[in-house]
Amino acid sequence: MKVSYFPGCTLRTKARDLDLLSRRCAEALGVTLEEIDDWQCCGGVFTTARDEIATKLSSVRALKAAKAKDQMLVTVCSACHNVIKQTNHAMQTDSDFALRVNNYMNIGDPENQPYYGETKVLHFLELLRDVVGFERVQAAVKNPLTGRRIGAYYGCLLLRPGKTMAMDDVENPSIIEDFLRALGAEPVIYAMRNECCGGYITLEDKGLAAKKSSAVLADAKSAGAEAVITACPLCKYNLEKNGGGEVPVIYFTELLAEALGIKED
Amino acid sequence: MATEKQNEMRREQILRSSGVNPRKCMKCGKCSGTCPAYDEMEWHPHQFVQMVADGDIEPLLKSDSIYKCLTCFACVDRCPRGVEPAKLVEAVRLSVIREQGANHMKPDDIPAMLDEDLPQQLLVSALRKYAK
Ligand code: SF4
Ligand code: SF4
Repeated sequence: MKVSYFPGCTLRTKARDLDLLSRRCAEALGVTLEEIDDWQCCGGVFTTARDEIATKLSSVRALKAAKAKDQMLVTVCSACHNVIKQTNHAMQTDSDFALRVNNYMNIGDPENQPYYGETKVLHFLELLRDVVGFERVQAAVKNPLTGRRIGAYYGCLLLRPGKTMAMDDVENPSIIEDFLRALGAEPVIYAMRNECCGGYITLEDKGLAAKKSSAVLADAKSAGAEAVITACPLCKYNLEKNGGGEVPVIYFTELLAEALGIKED
Repeated sequence: MATEKQNEMRREQILRSSGVNPRKCMKCGKCSGTCPAYDEMEWHPHQFVQMVADGDIEPLLKSDSIYKCLTCFACVDRCPRGVEPAKLVEAVRLSVIREQGANHMKPDDIPAMLDEDLPQQLLVSALRKYAK
C-alpha cells in the first residue's frame, strides 16, 4: 500500500536517521511512504489564532497534494503531525478560515479545487496501530526486545489538543506502550511521560528547558526505564541537551528497526 | 498609554482571533496549576483569562509572560470548562508582535544561539512564536 508522506525540515537535516528508518520499516511492513513533491516546512508549531492564514498554507498544500492522490498523509515528526492535523481540523470546522485559505489557493490557479479537510492525517504510530496493526508488527519482529525496559515519552505535541489530535487518551495514553509490547519490550509507565520538555523556550531560557527536561528524565529513571523513546526531534534535543543525561533518548524508529532486524543495511 | 477606546478595540480583536470566551471560566485555577511555565510567568494562564474578560489588557501586553508560554496545550486539555487559555495567550502575543518593529526575536539573533545538534524545527518554531 502507498501513502503520502511529509518528512518535514528536521528529518531532512538533523534527524535523517528518523526519516531513513521510518521509510525502511514501513517498507518492511508493506507500506510505501511516497514523499510529497515540493513540500514546504510546516513551521514547527501550530498557531492557534484563527486569523493566521499564511502561516498555515504550507500544511494545506501538503494536505491537498495527498488528496489529489487519494492517499492518507503520514508524518513521523510529532510537530509536523500536530501542525498539519490541527490545520486540517481548522479547514473542516472553521468556515471563515477555510474560505480565506481557499481564496489564497485560487491565486494564479483558476482550476483550483477548494479543500475542506478531506485528507486523513496519520502519525506513523497511528499507521502502525490502525492500518498495519500492532499484531502484524509483532508477527514481523525478528529480534524481540525481551527484557528491555523502555519509557514512552509522549511530550505534548503528539497527543494534544486531544479533541483535535484524536489519537489516544491524552492523560492515560497507551499507543507507544502497545507499540513497545509488540516489539517484545517492557513499557515503563511514569507520570511525566506526557509533560512538556520545554520546547522552543530553550532558545531563550535554557534554565526553564533544563528544569522541564530533567524532571522528565529523572522520573523515567526512577520508574526504572533504561531508555526513553520519542517521535520528536525537539524533545530529543531538549532531553539530551538539557535533561541531565541520566537516561538515553532514542527515536522510536530505532527500536522498531532493531526489532524488525533491518537497522543496519 | 493607549486610550480606552484603543484597548477595547484590541481586546475585541484578541477575542476574535483566539475564538475564546473568557466568561466561561469558573476561576478554578487548574490551567495555571498545570502550566509548565508557571514559575516564570508574571501573569498566569487563569489571569490572562480574567484580565481579558475584565478589559484589563495593558499589563498583559507589556509583560514578558506572553513569551513564556510553551504552546504545550496542557491548559487547553485540562480546563474543565473548555476555555482554552493558550489561545488567549497566543492572541495577546500576536497582538503585540504584529506591530511594526515589535518582533521579539530576529533572524539576526539566531547565529549566536546555534549549536551543532540543534534541530531546524526549533528555529522555525521559535521564529513563528516570537516573530511575525
Ligand atoms: S499552553 Fe502555554 S499557558 Fe497553557 S499550560 Fe502550556 S505553557 Fe502554560
Ligand atoms: S482551568 Fe479553565 S475554568 Fe479553570 S481557571 Fe483556567 S480557564 Fe478558568
